[in-house]
Amino acid sequence: MKKQVLEKILLQTAEFSRFTGKALTQFVQPPFEVKEILRQCYIVGYRSLFLIGFTCFIAGVVFTRQSRPSLASFGAESWLPSMVSQAVVRALGPLITALICAGKLGSYISAELGSMRTSEQIDAMEVSGVRPFAYLVSTRVIATTIMLPVLVVYADAVALFGSFLTVNSINSSSFQLFIIDALSSITYLDIFSSIIKAILFGFAIGLIGSYNGYYASGGTMGVGKAANTAVVTSMLSIFIIELIVLQFVTLLRQG
Amino acid sequence: MKNKSNTAVQSRSSTNENDPVVRIRHLQKAFQGRAVLKDVTLDLQKGENLVVIGKSGAGKSVLIKCMVGLIEPDEGEINILGFNVPQLNAKQLRELRLQVGFSFQGSALYDSMTVRENLEFPLKRNLGIFDSAELKTRVEEALQNVGLAKSIDQYPTELSGGMKKRIGIARTLILRPRIMLYDEPTAGLDPITSGEINDLMMKVQEEYHTSSIIITHDISSAKAVGDRIVALLDGSIRMEGTFDEMKATNDPELAPFFNY
Repeated sequence: MKKQVLEKILLQTAEFSRFTGKALTQFVQPPFEVKEILRQCYIVGYRSLFLIGFTCFIAGVVFTRQSRPSLASFGAESWLPSMVSQAVVRALGPLITALICAGKLGSYISAELGSMRTSEQIDAMEVSGVRPFAYLVSTRVIATTIMLPVLVVYADAVALFGSFLTVNSINSSSFQLFIIDALSSITYLDIFSSIIKAILFGFAIGLIGSYNGYYASGGTMGVGKAANTAVVTSMLSIFIIELIVLQFVTLLRQG
Repeated sequence: MKNKSNTAVQSRSSTNENDPVVRIRHLQKAFQGRAVLKDVTLDLQKGENLVVIGKSGAGKSVLIKCMVGLIEPDEGEINILGFNVPQLNAKQLRELRLQVGFSFQGSALYDSMTVRENLEFPLKRNLGIFDSAELKTRVEEALQNVGLAKSIDQYPTELSGGMKKRIGIARTLILRPRIMLYDEPTAGLDPITSGEINDLMMKVQEEYHTSSIIITHDISSAKAVGDRIVALLDGSIRMEGTFDEMKATNDPELAPFFNY
């Protein structure tokens, strides 16, 4: 029994590695599906703006309100903008954005490709001489990889704005002063690591969603299962990537 | 890979006009140890409509999916228009697929695209046609041939089952294939719509000069469109002949098909 489980895990790992390799190869192989990539960027990016904006605004407000009493008890209330900005840029912004995208985009990609697989649309593409992998998988993975960093920058900005409104409602501080305080504590390494994380998150979400959808089987139940697996696996991978990048950044800071 | 392509090219050069367009020998395919195709041997002659009948799960769809490389056979030979299918590399397989139209059981229309976009898709991708006037002409012509010119801007979800089947056939015909493979073309349709699909398949044979394999368990459809019928039972060809020859059979497993 244990042997069978191990064999299944190894087979799936090999299959996923092959899928990843194929996706990476197709990135640089013409014809480039520019129109489809732009369409996917629109779906991935523009259609996620409201949800990410709303969530990050609330996160900025809540984090600021929750942190203020602790800082005030030390007389360090003026540190609030820099503390919030560090938390948002280093961890909160990328994490919240990636988790929302894992749920929203992971399920969208895997359900869409899954239903295309079960209704034989992918087979139809293949037999009509079209390369479905390049058209369906690579475009989605490229779109999530490009759009996640953009969404993270947007999420950071909205969360900081939410934080400013909270600070302003208590202390009537100016926006200029808040931004100067907030940005003074942010280093290039923070921004760079945040962008790298976002790229990795985007790649993982696109790839895992596509993999589960592309190989979905078993009708509507299979599509549901694929979407569910995509979301759960994407979320797990986000935390693993976060931990790995954190280790690298910590090493760089110490060095 | 080099060997594969050499074999495929050799076999293509050895074809002539009188050869069958499809030649299948001793085809075998099993799924998880269960043999679906045990030993299938059949030929499709040029311009012929060959109907394959058999019970559900008999491996009829597997047979035609093996023919276009969607499923890899375990053993056997599939030669289509001189292409030795199991030996083809990706490029040669694409070349073959441009000459073989496949009409899916569920139509398999791309539901995020309109009918127009569904038909333009293979033209843009395979033939590199991007001129809007030419695209328009070819799409409209294909739709007129299946009698659905008015549905050009509709989405697949807005179409009935019969309309979807016809659009699916139109999308296949737009590349002007030499061979048509129909997977259960009348499944789930009422008798009138089934009759219309049968007429359409006859029209395709006549106007496009295609050779076709029609997978079905609809005996009235087999009678209407089949020049020749083969019965696929227990993973191999049990019997073949004209409709009348098949109907006269005493085979206890085959006779019930024709006593409809």
